[in-house]
Amino acid sequence: MKIAVCIKQVPTREWQPRLNDQKTWIREQDISYEMNEPDAYALEEALRLREKHGGEVVVCSAGPARVQTVIREALARGADRAIHVEHDTLGSADAFVLADALAAAMNAESFDLVLTGLQSDDQGHGQTGVILAERLGIPSSTIIMDVQIEGGVLRVKRELEGGWFQWIAMPLPALLTIQSGINQLRYATLKGIMAAKKKEIRKAALPDGLQPAQQIVSLAVPTRSKQTQMIGGSAPDAARELVRRLREEARAL
Amino acid sequence: MILVIAEQREGTLNRATWETVAAAQQLSGGMPIAVAVLGAATGGVAQELASAAVAEVLVAEHAALDPYTPDGFAAAGRALIDAVTPALVLLPHTYQTRDFAPLLAARLRKPLITDVTGIEGTGSGATFVRPMFQGKLAAHVKPHGGSPALVTIQIGAFRADAAQKGGSAAVKKVDVRIDAAAIRQKPEAPFREAKQAVDLGQAERIVAVGRGIKSQENIPLAERLAKAMGAEVAASRPICDNGWLPMERQIGSSGQTVAPKLYVALGISGAIQHLVGMKGSRTIVAINKDAEAPIFEVADYGIVGDLFEIAPAIVAELEKG
Repeated sequence: MKIAVCIKQVPTREWQPRLNDQKTWIREQDISYEMNEPDAYALEEALRLREKHGGEVVVCSAGPARVQTVIREALARGADRAIHVEHDTLGSADAFVLADALAAAMNAESFDLVLTGLQSDDQGHGQTGVILAERLGIPSSTIIMDVQIEGGVLRVKRELEGGWFQWIAMPLPALLTIQSGINQLRYATLKGIMAAKKKEIRKAALPDGLQPAQQIVSLAVPTRSKQTQMIGGSAPDAARELVRRLREEARAL
Repeated sequence: MILVIAEQREGTLNRATWETVAAAQQLSGGMPIAVAVLGAATGGVAQELASAAVAEVLVAEHAALDPYTPDGFAAAGRALIDAVTPALVLLPHTYQTRDFAPLLAARLRKPLITDVTGIEGTGSGATFVRPMFQGKLAAHVKPHGGSPALVTIQIGAFRADAAQKGGSAAVKKVDVRIDAAAIRQKPEAPFREAKQAVDLGQAERIVAVGRGIKSQENIPLAERLAKAMGAEVAASRPICDNGWLPMERQIGSSGQTVAPKLYVALGISGAIQHLVGMKGSRTIVAINKDAEAPIFEVADYGIVGDLFEIAPAIVAELEKG
């Protein structure tokens, strides 16, 4: 089994948003980054499938030079090698550009299975994986919570709304977008970190002429739909005031 | 024309379709609206939708559309778009749409804007508002690269009861040719994992816990608060993913949708997937260390601070009687 995992580097959860002067993108200089969480689950699933079926796991990422950090982290967790489509503009690229960039670098590899997170914690379009499948000419299924492979046939458990699920069979090669929580993540060992330093990262160029399918006109902190009454003071004071208002104003207690 | 792609299953309309119709009506600016119903046997869904103030309802029935597959629906969507050449295509942002709309957009090589919570302007010049960075920012975006642009409307962003009725739209059949042999996914029947031992939908009060609780050892703190309030304990997705609380206690798009009298969000940042499951609650309390957390956008009462100090203080206050 030759398995690809597409990962993205995104700002950490603790990051407080700050905008550039044009208010069209975030101020990149003061951000610390991490691996997109659903992609981390996709990587873990790929490593488990390799343990069961053999083969190799190849990490693929499209982004500026900084994404090397998460590529190395994935290699340290156990991926065998990596492909990095590197370009400064890819940090803010939309799903069409990312999918086309990845497809160009991945096509000749003829992967049996491509996994990625169901969406990114930055722009969150939830499209890149499915568009990539179409560009690679393989079927896709999304929001996957279990992956089984027997006799060359893939069977996956797709999450539906409100606690419902569905099993879906499809031929390989295929692309799946993985839901958070499908497995328990492993973390890199010191041995893994050392080994990662020697693993290959193949650089691929961004193809010319890729066009975005949408443009960010502006970014802003969202406006509140409700007038939130903020309650301050020490913990006991805030607690007393909250309980009073829940009893007297909201009549919720 | 604006084309709305309705969602139905076995002849029952998904309510989110009405929200999308309301969004289309706000967007239209005089542009006619057509609503399309896709499926094998769509029953009375087209008639139900014909009561909306829209120009027409299109019925695209084909045996290959049941059960739902992304390949089948992308093929049908493409045939429909070729037939009616809309300027914009609106869909409800459901799990089904999330599965096939990117495929449809990829095949058409046309823009897809997902998760839309607001629309500014009308017609082809409109700007769409959608959350980014886990709801920490709202982006105004424009499609780029020709029509039609596909747009998915977030659940709860528009009101179903705001959809204008009173039309008597013509119901028309549309032929969609689908090559059934080209459908690669073979789905089995949907099922529910565990019996729902707790129906959080019936709870009067809910204390829901999120990442801010930090570790499984701290869950009893939330349980104490819930007990003191006469509430059920629930959680955001990451808590259930970690196994700290059972999946059946998850609130949000992949879990239960609730609207209790009181909802206390304890250390929950408020990603859109969580908000859609609880923002209909009558009174919402948010307790979070991050003053910028999106949960405060929907909260009636907010406390910025350390939940490990505040939750015990609330318990102490309630136990005073």
